Amino acid sequence: MIYEHSRVGRRAMAQAPSEKVDMAGIPDAMLRTSQPPLPEVSEMQAVRHFTRLSQKNFSIDTQFYPLGSCTMKYNPRVCNTLASLPGMLSRHPLAPDTHSQGFMACLYELQDILKTATGMHAVSLTPAAGAQGEFAGVGMIRAYHDDRGDKERSEILVPDAAHGTNPASAVMCGYKAREIPTGSDGDIDIEALKSALGPQTAGIMLTNPSTVGVFEQRIKGIAELVHAAGGLLYYDGANLNAILGKVRPGDMGFDVIHMNLHKTFSTPHGGGGPGAGPVGVSKRLEPYLPIPMVDFDGNDYRWLTERDRPDSIGRLSAFAGNAGVLIRAYIYARLLGREGMHRVSEYSTLNANYLLKRLMETGFDAAYPERRASHEFILTLKKQAKELGVNTMDFAKRLLDYGVHAPTTYFPLLVPECLLVEPTETEAKEDLDRFVEIMRTIKQEAESQPDMVKQAPHTMPVRRLDDVRAARELDLAWKPGD
Amino acid sequence: MPFIPHTEKDIREMLATIGVDHIDALFDEIPSELRCGELDAIPPGMPEMEVSRLMQTRARADGQPLCFIGAGAYDHHIPAAVWELTTRGEFYTAYTPYQAEASQGTLQLLYEYQSMMTALTGMAVSNASLYDGASALAEAVLMAVRGNRKSKSKRILLPRNLHPTYRRVVHTIVCNQQIELVEVGYDSVTGSIDRAELERYSGEDFAALVIPQPNFFGVLEAVDELTDWAHDNGMLAIAVVNPMAMAILRPAGEWGDLGADICCGEGQPLGSPVASGGPYFGFLCSTGKLVRQMPGRIIGKTVDLDGKTGYALTLQAREQHIRRSKATSNICTNQGLMVTAATIHMTLMGGEGLQRVAAASHANTGKLTQALTSLPGVETAFKGAVFHERVLRLPIEVTKALRALAAHNVLGGFDLSDDYPELGDAVLVCATELRNNDDIENYRGKLERVIQSQVQTPCQLKPDW
Ligand SMILES: Cc1ncc(COP(=O)(O)O)c(C=O)c1O
Repeated sequence: MIYEHSRVGRRAMAQAPSEKVDMAGIPDAMLRTSQPPLPEVSEMQAVRHFTRLSQKNFSIDTQFYPLGSCTMKYNPRVCNTLASLPGMLSRHPLAPDTHSQGFMACLYELQDILKTATGMHAVSLTPAAGAQGEFAGVGMIRAYHDDRGDKERSEILVPDAAHGTNPASAVMCGYKAREIPTGSDGDIDIEALKSALGPQTAGIMLTNPSTVGVFEQRIKGIAELVHAAGGLLYYDGANLNAILGKVRPGDMGFDVIHMNLHKTFSTPHGGGGPGAGPVGVSKRLEPYLPIPMVDFDGNDYRWLTERDRPDSIGRLSAFAGNAGVLIRAYIYARLLGREGMHRVSEYSTLNANYLLKRLMETGFDAAYPERRASHEFILTLKKQAKELGVNTMDFAKRLLDYGVHAPTTYFPLLVPECLLVEPTETEAKEDLDRFVEIMRTIKQEAESQPDMVKQAPHTMPVRRLDDVRAARELDLAWKPGD
Repeated sequence: MPFIPHTEKDIREMLATIGVDHIDALFDEIPSELRCGELDAIPPGMPEMEVSRLMQTRARADGQPLCFIGAGAYDHHIPAAVWELTTRGEFYTAYTPYQAEASQGTLQLLYEYQSMMTALTGMAVSNASLYDGASALAEAVLMAVRGNRKSKSKRILLPRNLHPTYRRVVHTIVCNQQIELVEVGYDSVTGSIDRAELERYSGEDFAALVIPQPNFFGVLEAVDELTDWAHDNGMLAIAVVNPMAMAILRPAGEWGDLGADICCGEGQPLGSPVASGGPYFGFLCSTGKLVRQMPGRIIGKTVDLDGKTGYALTLQAREQHIRRSKATSNICTNQGLMVTAATIHMTLMGGEGLQRVAAASHANTGKLTQALTSLPGVETAFKGAVFHERVLRLPIEVTKALRALAAHNVLGGFDLSDDYPELGDAVLVCATELRNNDDIENYRGKLERVIQSQVQTPCQLKPDW
């Protein structure tokens, strides 16, 4: 704990102005009576402390990180270097257009690149992450229906396999989220969908390939059904890595989409963010896109605001969203180019199918063995849990001991004892082979010494944590005397 | 192939294992009529060398003007160590700490962040971040509507002297939940919330009063009276604060008799560069009573099987991945990396350091005000005490004046004429600790010439000197 290094009167002297604090002009009653109790440490103590903390993390730069649905691929260093050029970092968000042409050129071109890559009519870059993109997208669906005087639509349909943000976003937009079951083949249960559709349907939110890692083959038919009922289709772009350059959400019939640039466009995940969740729309939703957007008249770039776009659902952040993330995604897109984008889906799919095949040969069960894997796939450890009493969580924790970040566990909720595995295109064959060997070893350990696996991890900075205590005896901040 | 390690041999072997002839066969479940062709409109790939050249040109194109704009994004010194450490791969390329045992670095850091934010704001608890200050306020409003048991209304009092974009963002985010935002005007003499107008709502049912400190004009509010007034009327008090101001001003947790209930704001002044508006981070703190209404991640301290201290995500039953449609918010990915920077930043500055930055920014804005108001016709618009921003009235058209200044590489402040036409030719200026006496004199000299030339030849946009 950084506070343990704290001593009264110590500080990193070089970092603050040399003048003493003088608040002339502010009435005493408005001032603090004592200094805020922040750590008092030297610069070296801080550097050592946070360097050591960093070493307690798994990360893409240090470990294989096949966290399904999150696309943990290599984040090219140059994207950070160039996004951190002095002119980029020092540009104030409210600088006039005359001092923003370089920055706006990048955003404008990124809008275009994303439009082409997804087959959508127009793109707004401003949502700060996938979930905010969902909020904007469902908000646009609402604005569209409202504008047509079609105010009875009250439900957004979401598959039971959907990510939790989908129903939560629908509710934030004032809708009820209604679940649609998934069929045994991993595709949507069409009969259930048909019976759920009606005049109350505002739209449906789908991920394709879905969160169970297979391509929804009847997507065209689904689009027709939903459109016939007067609803619109929302595409959750979390899995865009699987289809980049192969098939586009716009061509599948989606009206509105978000992309997770921190996944498909390889911007860093940063220990939980920041991300960026641009939204793309078909022509009929274009007026509602969130602002600001960037326009180009052939000579100059300029911001599109309330004045230009009176029907917009509005603004989602104080300025233009996570600008630095957008710049990193733009740089990545320019490095890759069109041919590189095709390769993203090709090699992520190759890696996933290879890894799945090898794991099946090793005795693991695929949740959907009859289906082609997309860029990710689901294993179900039902058998191991039943026969050996070693469940998915135990496997996940034991993987950490072998220096591999665990795949996503227990998501989607409908597959029992599941691991969602997404190797991404940037992993080499030998690293996939190593993962297979580790899984084989853990399976053997589960047979011969199940208790050891159930107690894993054994080599991490801490062993399994008491989550119940964390929630019951809430300790959310250090206090003097701790 | 950039970033793809596969050799021809790897590909052959992998395809053989899978049992297909070529990679394209792996897309056989996608109906062929849906397949897209080449993405011709996307330019071909470029090597790092060329992309570097392109980006350097773009960055240079925007120049590095001398900036006196604040208005929600503040240019402060960031110790070199902050981003040296933050961009370590172990922080930069990790994700949400779902596997706690392999994420103790991020988890402990977030716990330390929560500790520092509660220290700074005087509140009981903090979450681990939201997207930005504006969306954090929207979440605070939703939280207040859920959390105020005394109020049956979904009405919120939102002052007009709150950041105009924050007001718009709150509207965008809460409007579909039938929440009504009622605007309260400001006192035209002091620039602070109009108490007489507020008094008119006394006794009415509102879920919360939003109290900015400082407000958008830089002016300090009578936060004690406002907080007590809100509580006397059964409302929650939502503080929207500049975290740098919290280093010297009375923290939100100590406002009035009971303290604010929720405190949120923009974390950018704590270690994030202004960088075109993002990524920054929103912070959100509250009383202990409201913790179960909080959106976003929260980290708790606990013990492992051996009784050793460790850190984990906690109260997850509030969150979308558990509670789905009944979650307190849809937020998932937050702004972790910016919080990493903020935590290191606060550590390196310490309480004394932040106070010195706050005081120096306050003093520099005072000097700037003095320098500019020495020019004929330039005057302060409000009498209230300020933190580090000030509204000035100009004797010439403000939009033209700012354009002329920009042409000479000075960004003279935020033009208030669109959002507050009633203020006339008014500009919001800010001088942080990074603007020195020479910078201030530079601005004064250029404004003097702009005023002179515009008074003489009113239509000329770019004075010739
Ligand atoms: C399928 C799916 N949908 C939506 C999201 C939400 O995106 P974000 O975390 O960027 O808000 C995620 C990822 O976290 C996801 O995996």
